Amino acid sequence: MEQSRRKRLLTLFFSMLYISAFTFGGGFVIVTFMKRKFVDELHWLDEQEMLDMTALAQSSPGAIAVNAAILTGWKVGGFAGMAAAVLGTVIPPVVIISVISLFYNLFAENRFVTLVLKGMACGVAAVILDVSLSLGKNVLKSGQWTHYAVMAAAFAATFFFRVNVIWIILAAAVVGAVLVLYSRKGGGQA
Amino acid sequence: MILPQLFLSFVQIGLFSIGGGYVAIPLIQSQTVDLHHWLTAEQFMDLATIAEMTPGPIALNGATFVGMRVAGLPGAVIATFGCILPSLFIASLLAYIYRKYRELPMLQGVLASLRPAVVALIGAAGLNMLLQIAFGGRQQISPENAQWAAMALFAGAFFSLRKFRLNPILTMALCGAGGLALGLLGLM
Repeated sequence: MEQSRRKRLLTLFFSMLYISAFTFGGGFVIVTFMKRKFVDELHWLDEQEMLDMTALAQSSPGAIAVNAAILTGWKVGGFAGMAAAVLGTVIPPVVIISVISLFYNLFAENRFVTLVLKGMACGVAAVILDVSLSLGKNVLKSGQWTHYAVMAAAFAATFFFRVNVIWIILAAAVVGAVLVLYSRKGGGQA
Repeated sequence: MILPQLFLSFVQIGLFSIGGGYVAIPLIQSQTVDLHHWLTAEQFMDLATIAEMTPGPIALNGATFVGMRVAGLPGAVIATFGCILPSLFIASLLAYIYRKYRELPMLQGVLASLRPAVVALIGAAGLNMLLQIAFGGRQQISPENAQWAAMALFAGAFFSLRKFRLNPILTMALCGAGGLALGLLGLM
């Protein structure tokens, strides 16, 4: 028992270390990599939990990646899990930036580095769109038109109108709460 | 007295950057350039570039970079710790609330409506990224700006992910190698 718990914590730590070391770009990038690892590969979380944690990570202050690590860590291994996940997330950027800050001109102007990073950006876009396509399909499978409407409205708000993400999350939460109250009221009358 | 100052500055940055990196950048600027003069405007530009080019959250990258400049490795560690401290408390509290109350009908309803919104946000982030690599940004969509090599690399990666469930990190590493090869051939 003790053995398997230790192994789980180590897997959590190294998964986050590995994901954090390779995910360029904003918080949504790391969340998609976490989904592939913890939902699809290790089955430690289900897809709904991962989406819930993404919403929570997005709504609390600080870096989304760190928040997502904290939420996942608690869920997978309690306090020790949280500590392992946060350490795994924080170590790669600290090490990489510490080294680079010593000679950043060399790094930023290096032609090879720029080319590799440009290529990697293509891969990141592919990963995010692959994961969002799978997630989107599952929303469509739910068969609930309110979910379609929320998804379409949230997409339009962020993509076309550049509404701050926080407002979109808040609005979706309000819509959910109103729907609960409405169905309760309807249930009372019936 | 530089370490406590660094710590407090980055606690504030961690506490007020709600919604990720794009909010963190101006906060870091106001604390480190305008308020404490730890960085010049030019050094801040370097920081923003590096933060973009390297893995990890922008706020953490900023904390490490500024910490290193101002007080070496101890500075980097202290600033990073300050930056994640608010998250440790607030996200942990949310984790607790989620575990304890997720079965409540009200919270269930709220979460059910949040999930499709989150899916849309992730999808839009991916689409913006695609437009960035394919045309250099969404304002510049036209055939002249098309980056054909990058689009081909993206298409190959996307196909491998969907068809063969290729490991995402491996996909990214292969794309990095592909970018280098295409670039050296003068195609990218």
